[in-house]
Amino acid sequence: MQKIEAIIQPSKLDAVKQALLDAGIEGMTILEARGHGRQKGHTEFYRGREYTVDLLPKIKIETVVPDEMLDKAVEAILAAARTGKIGDGKIFISKIDEAIRIRNDERGPTAI
Amino acid sequence: MRPRTVKLSLLGSLGFLFCGLPAFAQASASTTAQQIAQLQSQIANAQMSADNSWMLVSSALVLLMTGPGLALYYSGLVRKKNVLATMMQSFAMMAIITVIWGLVGYSLAFSSGTAFIGGLQHAFLHGVGLAPDPAYAATIPIQTYMVYQLMFAIITPALITGAFAERMKFSAMAVFLSLWSIFVYSPMAHMVWGKGGFLNAAMGGAFPTLDFAGGTVVHITSGVSALVCALYLGKRLGYPKEPTPPHSLVLSFIGACLLWVGWFGFNAGSALNAGPLATSAFVNTQFATATAALAWAGAEWVHRGKPTVLGGISGAVAGLVAITPAAGFVQPMSAFVIGAIAGLFCYFMVTRVKSWFGYDDSLDAFGVHGAGGTIGAILTGIFASSSINPIFKSASGATLPSGVIEGNWHQLINQFVGVAIAWGISIVGTLIILKVVDLTIGLRVTPEHEDEGLDITQHGEEGYDFAS
Repeated sequence: MQKIEAIIQPSKLDAVKQALLDAGIEGMTILEARGHGRQKGHTEFYRGREYTVDLLPKIKIETVVPDEMLDKAVEAILAAARTGKIGDGKIFISKIDEAIRIRNDERGPTAI
Repeated sequence: MRPRTVKLSLLGSLGFLFCGLPAFAQASASTTAQQIAQLQSQIANAQMSADNSWMLVSSALVLLMTGPGLALYYSGLVRKKNVLATMMQSFAMMAIITVIWGLVGYSLAFSSGTAFIGGLQHAFLHGVGLAPDPAYAATIPIQTYMVYQLMFAIITPALITGAFAERMKFSAMAVFLSLWSIFVYSPMAHMVWGKGGFLNAAMGGAFPTLDFAGGTVVHITSGVSALVCALYLGKRLGYPKEPTPPHSLVLSFIGACLLWVGWFGFNAGSALNAGPLATSAFVNTQFATATAALAWAGAEWVHRGKPTVLGGISGAVAGLVAITPAAGFVQPMSAFVIGAIAGLFCYFMVTRVKSWFGYDDSLDAFGVHGAGGTIGAILTGIFASSSINPIFKSASGATLPSGVIEGNWHQLINQFVGVAIAWGISIVGTLIILKVVDLTIGLRVTPEHEDEGLDITQHGEEGYDFAS
């Protein structure tokens, strides 16, 4: 099992969600997040005072998939979330040791 | 016989007629006089109803400027941990100043006394009834005048709260502004508008200052006192290193637009009747505000590349402030000019001068009200037109020129004297009162409380509780 954490532009949420569903990924968790990578934020002016806003609003999608689904899921996110401009986000992948369904204690990939 | 009888009866009837005429004439004269008197009283009643209805609406409009207008405008500009405390400062003025005004404030401002402050004849509203006082306004009950002036007395100290936002104790704020209302506002209002006032243009003051709706009385006093407060209290923790951006320009926008609407009561109401002068003040208010908003936002557009919402509404308030003393004295095209100058001048004061000197006038009460009030008072002396308001008369009753554009250069001196007195009484009065309150109960919250926010530490509440 693999965990995909994808940090994306908020405006791309619907497209990415749909792409994951189309790829056969049924479960996901969405978090509203703030952060920056190389994009480094923007400046705002209030009555002549300048503020650098470097933590920008982002959406973080977390989903755990069986090993064989990983490539398909990553491709779906890449295709849906990419604009080609700085600030498109990142995808992080890590191994998951166990998944447990709370309702009936089911374990392993079928519990995802 | 017949002709004679006819003659006799003719004579008889003539005699009757002549005898009856004086009595008839008398009866008809007294009925006519009665009718005229009755009509005059009906006309007076109708005029009083018309003027009084406008003045009561104006009073409500001016209260609307403080709550919710100013409360929203200011609270949107602070950080979200101080939103309620900032609203509460304006709201507290609506309640506290009302009590002070009824007890002594009105009397100190508007009863006859010395040239500098009124007496106590009208303390507890003694003698302030429902009949008009022609010295102030011949066609509205003096109680309407009293309550209208109360709304001005409320918003003036509330304006100062912008300077010490986010760091003053609620208790200190309440005591400071109560004393300020008695010892700074009432004397200044008396000098400009009260019977026998030193600067009263309508009642033969020594230096007749033209101040239609409170450029000196309201905006210079509040704005200059705000600067003194900002300097005396010092900066907010972390200012200017830590960012203190407005937490909700949406609130500020709504507040500023309510200020604009309420200001029609402030300026057009200052005609004290519903006649043509009110129209003039109304139009000038609209015109100056428009050019001031354009000037501020336009200057930003040129300097920064974008016209901001905050710039637009700040400019509008600057225009409203600057046209306040001029509203009932100038032509509409002059109002355009006054607004544009005020918008640019206040933009410069807020964005440049403040950072040069480094004081933390948190919400720019001085930069907008002090600076805008001063420039407005001076421009009033330049643009005042006797065709709008023939305020100065010669001994024979002929209209004399009002402002510099009519050749009356002397009026500039009068305006400067009014401005200087307003600055002087504000600096001295505010310093003394701040010192007294500082030594007794202390002005600032503790650094821990300032960090945590005034909503929790002063009022035990939160403005935004999204968890519940």
